[in-house]
Amino acid sequence: MSTVEEVVAQDPVVARPPRLLARMMRQPQAKLGMVLTLVVMFLALAGPLLTPWLTGHTSTEFTGRPFTDIGIFGTDNLGRDVFSRFLDGGLRLIVYAALATALGMVVGVAVGMTAAYSGGRVDALIMRGNDVLLALPQLVFALLAITVLGPQGWVLVVVIGITHAPRIARVTRSATAAVITEDYIRASEMYAVPKWKILLTEVLPNITGPLMVELGLRMTYSIGFVAALSFLGLGMQPPTADWGLMINESRIALVVQPWGVLLPVAAIAVLTVGTNLLTDSLARASADMNVGNKK
Amino acid sequence: MTTNTMDHDSVASALCATDVRVQTDAGVEILHGVSFTLQPGRILALVGESGSGKTTAGLACMGHFRQGLAKGTGTVHLGDGEMGNILELPAAQLRGLRGKTISYVPQDPALSLNPSMRIGEQITETLRVHRVGATDAERRLRVTEVLAEVGLANDPAYQRRYPHQLSGGQQQRVGIAMAFACRPSVIVLDEPTTGLDVTTQAVVLRTIDELAARHQVAGLYITHDLAVVAEIADEVAVMLEGDIVEHGATDQVLFAPQHSYTRRLLAAVPDLAGKRRVGQVEAITGEQPLIVPGPHGIPDSTSTTPLVDDAKLLPGTMPRTTPADTAAETTPLLRLRDLSLSYGQHKVLDGIDFQLREGESMMLLGESGSGKTTLSRCVAGLNDAYTGSIELFGEQLATGTRSRSSEDRRRIQYVFQSPFSSLNPRRTIAESVGVPLQMSGINDKHRRRMLVLEALDQVRLGERFMDRRPGDLSGGERQRAAIARALVNAPSLLVCDEITSALDVSVQASILDLLRTLQTDHNMSMLFVTHNIALARHISQRLAVLQKGKIVDFGTTDDVLNNPQHSYTQELLANVPAFD
Repeated sequence: MSTVEEVVAQDPVVARPPRLLARMMRQPQAKLGMVLTLVVMFLALAGPLLTPWLTGHTSTEFTGRPFTDIGIFGTDNLGRDVFSRFLDGGLRLIVYAALATALGMVVGVAVGMTAAYSGGRVDALIMRGNDVLLALPQLVFALLAITVLGPQGWVLVVVIGITHAPRIARVTRSATAAVITEDYIRASEMYAVPKWKILLTEVLPNITGPLMVELGLRMTYSIGFVAALSFLGLGMQPPTADWGLMINESRIALVVQPWGVLLPVAAIAVLTVGTNLLTDSLARASADMNVGNKK
Repeated sequence: MTTNTMDHDSVASALCATDVRVQTDAGVEILHGVSFTLQPGRILALVGESGSGKTTAGLACMGHFRQGLAKGTGTVHLGDGEMGNILELPAAQLRGLRGKTISYVPQDPALSLNPSMRIGEQITETLRVHRVGATDAERRLRVTEVLAEVGLANDPAYQRRYPHQLSGGQQQRVGIAMAFACRPSVIVLDEPTTGLDVTTQAVVLRTIDELAARHQVAGLYITHDLAVVAEIADEVAVMLEGDIVEHGATDQVLFAPQHSYTRRLLAAVPDLAGKRRVGQVEAITGEQPLIVPGPHGIPDSTSTTPLVDDAKLLPGTMPRTTPADTAAETTPLLRLRDLSLSYGQHKVLDGIDFQLREGESMMLLGESGSGKTTLSRCVAGLNDAYTGSIELFGEQLATGTRSRSSEDRRRIQYVFQSPFSSLNPRRTIAESVGVPLQMSGINDKHRRRMLVLEALDQVRLGERFMDRRPGDLSGGERQRAAIARALVNAPSLLVCDEITSALDVSVQASILDLLRTLQTDHNMSMLFVTHNIALARHISQRLAVLQKGKIVDFGTTDDVLNNPQHSYTQELLANVPAFD
């Protein structure tokens, strides 16, 4: 077992990223998607650092009366600076979404690969269990968990990650099923390579195409999900600045002070469109490569 | 050969292709001005290795270009030329032409027939689309007629079968019936017998030959198999990298080849008689010391001098001096006793007994479905569902690889059929080849790399291949890499499962060459599984013929080939296509 670390170090999971990414970035829509995503990401990541310095206020500081024009984009329902809150409100959303996606991917991929590789009864058991989870609406499950456990960050991440996992497991299972019939898997079995290592070094690198697409898709969903839960009051709690929460707080004065809603909505929309474009072109790039590989 | 064209149409050609050039979308020319004419009732064989452009040329005759290819230039005229240049026809007119005037028989009938449609209905559909026959009754009559022509039953019950209810050979004959149904003037056959075993192949070839002659159809037969060419073609055009390098009557091209490439290609074809020398190294059949075979399945441990050096020599080869230690060896390297395996009621392997000595090479011959791959996988431990015993050096092996000791795993190595599937596309050659070393506990990276390099040198790949990935390698190079993976641990027994069937003849020759060298240099035993009986004298000293999970003929290669005992072996031998 002393070879374990060595192997993992030797075989990075994504064996040929430059070529796949290069192919992806050749498409104009990928460039557009990249720009949109990066702009929002920059706002969200750098925003918290900029707040008092650029806008003169922190996100929770009262600057004036509610719904006035003070500052660049006015004030919100409690008289806080909208721009400051906007800059401060993206980071948590994106971090939570990313963590939830990562959790979902790890669990889903592990479960899906195990099911496909084991086959037979184990496969049936895992996938039927999966079906039960799939039958629960994601939102209802999330509402239930948050009501029971309270609206904390880790609960959000775990709940969203867990609800993603069965969907990712399905995709992984079908991608794995296509790969495990190949002779190189049989060759590894012949050399008695441990099963987990076969999955990690032989199977995983060959299903990165569909998985990358799934990753992008789940990231998009997670962003929407976190925002939606915050909007419903089950995600981030006041007085935290958060885009989802901002939409909820400011929607009562949409006509008087539209910026409180428009800014976060636009940011979420642009981010979602951007990641979708990226995912889409990634799907195309990976499909192209698969065609080229098949001979 | 010219006599049968003296009928009504001896001067007019059925199809005339002139200076056909095809480029890829990227602008690389892959067909450099190919010209040929097809005459009614005669078959032109387009011969070449993979990538030579033979299929591209064949499809160009029908005005079709595969994805990634730009439309070709040049002219293709049909018969009297009133249709104009096929390459410039609009798609609608081409559709009318294809299937009616020019028809096509693809390589794999299992993929070309619609699995959800009854075969009678499929043929009728072709007729209906091309408005052959005024009524459905008339068309049904034609279907009955063509099915009879290709030697299939033509009763309504048979016509109501689905493709999956037919064997591969029958499916291919349905494909041919469909191609002949509209009475085309030209038929393009793209390796129609490649996936079939020799017996079926012989039937299909005869059918094509008869039909072409009877209906005065001009045939373009695309193939890489020169032996098939000798059976069926009147003329041969040899293609090399998008050019026709030699063109002439079959007899002339095959027996008095002008171009050096044709000569090389011919030299690479293994022949049953073993007269031709495939590759650089002498055939091992007679060169190696041969052990007297005991009675079928019974170990001949009583024999004290198990060697004959002179009995099986080819003329002109010198007996090899036998190492003394080989003579002292009495336990066979591998012994199979009553090996059986069944899936439910179906017996895949039915009591297999044989043994293999050290340094000996045995061919396991059988058609698809005979259980030969299953047998070889049982030996390698990839299939652990068998009963009976497999002994290595007199010790019984555990059934599956995971329960075998690492030393046992090292001793038996298995090479897979398809080099396109046996190497992980995401790992470098060095990584793939290093896996067996890693699993037998060699953790030092430098040492491993040295051993990998050594193995790659043995298969003549060298250091520059180490960090490449399978996608950058040709089929032959990949198969060499796969063999290197098997050799890296210095095995005692190499199990080769149809390792040359996916490769071109010249590549096959070099692989055979390699295996022979390895066998003599390392005194390694080999179990060579194949359906190609013509390879027998080029690779093996012993021959076991497998039919329906039973060994029906067993003995030294020469014994079995010269004096086949079982009717199945006799039939196989009678159907081997050959050109001398």
